[in-house]
Amino acid sequence: MSAESMPIFSPQLASRLDALVQRYPVRRSALVPMLLYAQDEVGYLSDAVVAEVARRVGITELDVRSVASYYSMLRFKPAGRYNIQVCTNISCLLRGGNEIFDRFQQELGISHKGVTADGLFSLEEVECIGACSWAPAIQVNYDFHEELTPDLVPGLLDSYRSRARQSPPSELGAPGPDFETRETQDAKPPAPSDTEGSR
Amino acid sequence: MPRLVSHPDEVKIVSRRFGQGAAQIERYLELGGYQSVRKCLEKGPDWIIEEMKVSNLRGRGGAGFPAGMKWSFVPKQSPRPKYVLVNGDESEPGTCKDHLIFLHDPHAVIEGTIIAGLAIGAKTGFIYLRGEYRYLLEIMERAVADAYARGFLGKGIFGSQADFDIITQTGAGAYEVGEESALMESLEGKRGIPRIKPPFPAVVGLYGGPTVINNAETIATVPHVIAMGGAAYAAVGTQRNGGTRLFSVSGHVERPGVYELPMGYNLKKLIYEVAGGIRGGRALKAVVPGGSSTPVLLPEEIDIGMDFDQVSKAGSMLGSAGVIVIDDQTCIVEFALRTISFYAHESCGWCIPCREGTDWLKKSITRLHAGFSEAKDIDNIQYIAENILGRTFCPLGDAAAMPTIAFVKKFRKEFEDHLNGKPCPYAKEGVPQVTVV
Repeated sequence: MSAESMPIFSPQLASRLDALVQRYPVRRSALVPMLLYAQDEVGYLSDAVVAEVARRVGITELDVRSVASYYSMLRFKPAGRYNIQVCTNISCLLRGGNEIFDRFQQELGISHKGVTADGLFSLEEVECIGACSWAPAIQVNYDFHEELTPDLVPGLLDSYRSRARQSPPSELGAPGPDFETRETQDAKPPAPSDTEGSR
Repeated sequence: MPRLVSHPDEVKIVSRRFGQGAAQIERYLELGGYQSVRKCLEKGPDWIIEEMKVSNLRGRGGAGFPAGMKWSFVPKQSPRPKYVLVNGDESEPGTCKDHLIFLHDPHAVIEGTIIAGLAIGAKTGFIYLRGEYRYLLEIMERAVADAYARGFLGKGIFGSQADFDIITQTGAGAYEVGEESALMESLEGKRGIPRIKPPFPAVVGLYGGPTVINNAETIATVPHVIAMGGAAYAAVGTQRNGGTRLFSVSGHVERPGVYELPMGYNLKKLIYEVAGGIRGGRALKAVVPGGSSTPVLLPEEIDIGMDFDQVSKAGSMLGSAGVIVIDDQTCIVEFALRTISFYAHESCGWCIPCREGTDWLKKSITRLHAGFSEAKDIDNIQYIAENILGRTFCPLGDAAAMPTIAFVKKFRKEFEDHLNGKPCPYAKEGVPQVTVV
């Protein structure tokens, strides 16, 4: 398929990725960050994202999928615009992480890896996020929320609902992933690269 | 924003700039920053490595390998470029100290990286942060950009003849990438699978070049070692365990938080005085002293000094110094199940004892916790764990096996209490049980 016919990244992201592949002694070192930054914008690693990243790094799509499938933050399906990641690992377990996860399930009517019908929220039970001394902790996209109690859950969800109303998902630079494909006309992908750096 | 705590017993060395706005380069300079690297530029590599050796600074990631010795293993001459790699993948459950370093003192990480580079003759350093730490990566990136703008990084740093570049990198969710060779694989754009050793990274590391890889806390400590002098730093700690440690205290204590205490500080005192004792006046049941992979200690075993050698003598490990405190209302089987579920989830799948063993343990403990096991299953759990131990390519297998063996050995009665054909006897009403991720 021709990459030229389908610019899938915003101009900002495209130029960021252009810089990224030049940064390392080996082009391929850009792969993991590239996938994560692309996912931040597009919402997930769609077939088009995988193809475009493969082309930019100069490796096969299969190779891209093989690497992407290893990392737990990378996903091949859309998540909600606000992806709620509740830590239930031991430090959070001791201070009520399961109760927090349970309350999110009740409030949103979804379970692990579920997405709400309006696409606004998704829920995930995750492993340790490095906030153990401030447990129980969660992340909403990249934002940490610490020392939670179940009673704080509804208010937290409301704050994200009003944030969503203030910045519609089509607006570039909106917080967090949304899974609508951006239609940007001026994102000219760079010419296909030569070869991967020597190893 | 994570809450900062303090206690009069603390000796603030690595954390002395926390909460003082040192993420801003001007403030870092006001607080004495970037003085150590200037001194190192004058004194040269042999002097740096000697100071590091004298300091008895041991790796803060968990293994406790002496940093100065690690640096001295890097060959002086190398046909391939040498690298410094900072491990900020902090993923060991119970550990959140590097979180605070990146947040409050990113320039200390940069300064330590440059010093490590000067010591081994590297011109490039990489700072790798776990993917979940995006806001911290942004703080690091801003700090790196500020250091470039001042001429502290790039060509001819600090007006000298030396060049040094720093590249920041994000992970994307993987505990295994905290293992040094898996981290290099990840940084090379691959699945984070460990490499066979030897050769060790000091000889063949990142991109095939000699590489020094250190934990972020170790690197952030380096400028302080240089500023104080290796001998003065060593004097703060105990024999062969120089300086202080950032203890991430979590679980059932009144005042959880990250406390910086001298190496060898008494664990009992750490829990009952520094962290305020057990929450709600309850009794202590167990302590995991150094992150989830370290064997659990009983209340009668905690009157020990927290340094690598003393904790090891007590049958556990200082590890990442993530102290997890468990009260008497907790079901140890549930805790063991959540621990092994983590390792089963994070096993990279490359070698069989770990991939199959962790999953098998998870299934066995799940069944036991639900009340469907027989007495021989408890022996079987221990048998499986003992057969993972020492039979895997990287320490993840041991990290799963060691705590499991300790839970079964030290809390056998609690495992047996689950053999009555009914669900967990320790379950609290209205509290959801561990679901298996």
